[in-house]
Amino acid sequence: MKRLLLCAAALLCGTAYAETIAITGGTVAIGDGSQPIANGTVVIRDGRVIAAGTNVAVPAGARVVDARGKWVAAGLVAGFSSEGIVDGEGIDETYDGAAGKSVFNAAIDVSTAINPTNQSIAVDRSWGVTRALVSPEANNSVFAGQGAVIDLGADDAPVTKARAFQYAELGEDGASHIGSRPASYVMLHDALAAARSAARGGDSKDALITRADAAALLPVVEGRMPLVVHVERASDILQVLSLKQTYPNLKLVLLGATEGWMVAPKIAAARVPVIAAALADLPAAFERTAATEANVGRMQKAGVMVAISTVDVATEAGQRNVRQYAGNLVGIARVPGMTGLDWGAAFATVTSGPAAAIGLDGEIGSLRPGRRADVVIWDGDPLELSSAPVAVWIDGVAQPMTSRQTRLRDRYLNPQEGALPKAYER
Amino acid sequence: MSRKYVALGALLLLSGCAGNAPPRSASATPAGERVVEPWKTDPFPSTYHVYPGVPTLITNVTIYDGEGGRIDGGSVLFADGKVQAVGRDIPAPAGTVVIDGTGKWVTPGVIDVHSHLGVYPSPGVKALSDGNEMTDPTTPEVWAEHSVWPQDPGFSRALANGGVTTLQILPGSANLMGGRSVVVKNVYARTTQGMKFPGAPYGFKMACGENPKRVYGAKGRMPSTRMGNIAVDRETWQQAVEYKRHWDKYEKEGGDPPSRNLAMDTLAGVLDGKILVHNHCYRADEMANVIDMSKEFGYHVTAFHHGVEAYKVADLLKANDICAVVWADWYGFKMESYDGIPENLAILQKTGTCAMIHSDDENGVQRLNQEVAKALAAGRRAGIAIPDEVAWKWLSINPARALGIADKTGSLKAGKMADVVLWNGNPLSVYTRPDKVWVDGALLYDAHDPKRRPVSDFELGQPGEGDVK
Repeated sequence: MKRLLLCAAALLCGTAYAETIAITGGTVAIGDGSQPIANGTVVIRDGRVIAAGTNVAVPAGARVVDARGKWVAAGLVAGFSSEGIVDGEGIDETYDGAAGKSVFNAAIDVSTAINPTNQSIAVDRSWGVTRALVSPEANNSVFAGQGAVIDLGADDAPVTKARAFQYAELGEDGASHIGSRPASYVMLHDALAAARSAARGGDSKDALITRADAAALLPVVEGRMPLVVHVERASDILQVLSLKQTYPNLKLVLLGATEGWMVAPKIAAARVPVIAAALADLPAAFERTAATEANVGRMQKAGVMVAISTVDVATEAGQRNVRQYAGNLVGIARVPGMTGLDWGAAFATVTSGPAAAIGLDGEIGSLRPGRRADVVIWDGDPLELSSAPVAVWIDGVAQPMTSRQTRLRDRYLNPQEGALPKAYER
Repeated sequence: MSRKYVALGALLLLSGCAGNAPPRSASATPAGERVVEPWKTDPFPSTYHVYPGVPTLITNVTIYDGEGGRIDGGSVLFADGKVQAVGRDIPAPAGTVVIDGTGKWVTPGVIDVHSHLGVYPSPGVKALSDGNEMTDPTTPEVWAEHSVWPQDPGFSRALANGGVTTLQILPGSANLMGGRSVVVKNVYARTTQGMKFPGAPYGFKMACGENPKRVYGAKGRMPSTRMGNIAVDRETWQQAVEYKRHWDKYEKEGGDPPSRNLAMDTLAGVLDGKILVHNHCYRADEMANVIDMSKEFGYHVTAFHHGVEAYKVADLLKANDICAVVWADWYGFKMESYDGIPENLAILQKTGTCAMIHSDDENGVQRLNQEVAKALAAGRRAGIAIPDEVAWKWLSINPARALGIADKTGSLKAGKMADVVLWNGNPLSVYTRPDKVWVDGALLYDAHDPKRRPVSDFELGQPGEGDVK
């Protein structure tokens, strides 16, 4: 059945891909931080966005989709996830995010594990998640390996960009693997030195890192690949920012940064983007003592480029709930003393924000011209709890809106068995 | 009355020096005196006391009364810790503080029927990890209240962000029989007794499925399978039946009281209907097994928690008068949650099954209203029409019933505890937060007053102390 669904989608693509589509009359949410535009038009062609906004002409011959009363929005981008590399967080046999006893770390390339028929991809896709940053987790090193950017389309080519970033753990989590924070830094410096040495053809026989790992770190040292670093504590953030003094080309991205608000001006000055822990407001660890939901708003106010992810908060419902977290950031703006985000900025934290953090916002994450046509029509405000998508395009291709969940729902809407067992109902 | 005085009073009562002594415990009884079944006494009595409030009338609000009723442009009056009146055009008695709630909503305080705040508190360090007595698959003798750390910062977040006024704190699910739960008011106290919900019955935590078999299978002991789970449960229930038989005989015929067994006390309390069973159980088929087991030994399952597959057997649960306690959309995080769907709550409601939301999570407890909103919307899209005010039962009167405290809280009815939330908008919107929260009529959170924002001992003197959270 799964295969049949994919075929149906592929057939659809064949015709849809070259087609020009104009989605008219809806409230348009571009995803670049701008505010929603009433009665706007979105035009897509050949898998790309041509135009979005008001005063957008409907090209001759375009198929017109009427979105009056609905919202037309950039697809959601999961800021940091295990999308496609696990069939269930606790189902160990299916998990490709942890490398276990492998001797390799930085060289690990998570794009080799993406399974596009994974059911959480189908579920999240039907909830408007169109792209995801996917990362392995750190194991026996500060370096976890190379993360990928994927699309959630119902086709057999899920990888948008393999080796899109390197991921490292330098806070409490890293220390728990390596022994301590200082030991983590020794390992980091040793590995980056080995990468440089290997690039110069030098002898790295005494390096505690494999040749493959050293080679994978070279683009990081040279600033050709972003280094996403998970830290939470204010002092850890400053320590990471100071790495730029030793490695001036590093393209740092902070992940988590629960105490980021305490050092926000310094993060802003360093021009380091943050993929923050959305709504983390508990001192869940000693390194997060100053946690507050105002963190994202305060950082943004200080000039930090902020996206959000489900890091440090529950992921049990999947990446589809990133929009709920963004909505909360709008809601808290009305609470006295809180700092939240306006709607456009909040929506950007789950669309162009994660893309921009790793330098891909020219390609995905918004409905600006030239971006990949990841478009979702919602039956209402995409950040509101009562809303749901009614149509999803990825790369301009219309996507199935069904998943195992909708199938189970349909089978059990009336729980009683009928003339035959439930197993015959489909 | 000061808290110190209450605590001292309780101590006196326990030692039997006061005139109004409760039944004596079985462990320390002079010869010849009849002892009451030990599961009928509480050696750790509540010392919770109501904080002072002022008579308050909230006007011009939309009210979800928690029992399925709704009043637009309504008013709520409370005084002396109790709801006095709910309706339209309620006059303000002299000395009443009147709050114009135009554009706002009022609901009963949110009840989280499944929390581990206090037993798995923040910070999540090993030294504070007290939720699972993972040394034996059946530990009915442990009581969650002896693990609760009343300084957990999580209580304040549940109050301020979630409008949560009552919680059931449960032991974890590593064990088939995890121990007794405790119901608390969400009011900080120096002791757990100071938080205990007065008059709430005890709950008893059980668990099906993956967790017990994984934890004990890994230790090389029984249970390592689901059939092992049920076998160990049945062996233990059989002992409890026999234990209770000894007590019944003693109650009827006198003689020497039976030897005390703390584990069996709890199970006998369940068999006696005094302690309510809250059974962690994801899968439909396992729920059915537990139902038959409960009939075999003569106890009742009050609720299946984490009932991710409850929708598949909604009719079976209804027929057996069992509540389903579920998340809105959690699924797929372990094999037994693979079949979760967002329409679970709505299908249960449609079938007429007692259903409710729960968090099981220190973050989720802050957004139970939002979880209900998602479940409600999923149901409506599937063609199940449920009014907002009916959906609100999922976090008010239904959990109150499952906890055996529906006569005291869980709805805005005259005479009930004034556990009240004023929301700054529609509480089923993502954009809404509590504006004020009262517990027993005492204003314990006010978004406009930093002094009405609890700060636990742990956070005192730390970065971010007293900040908005």
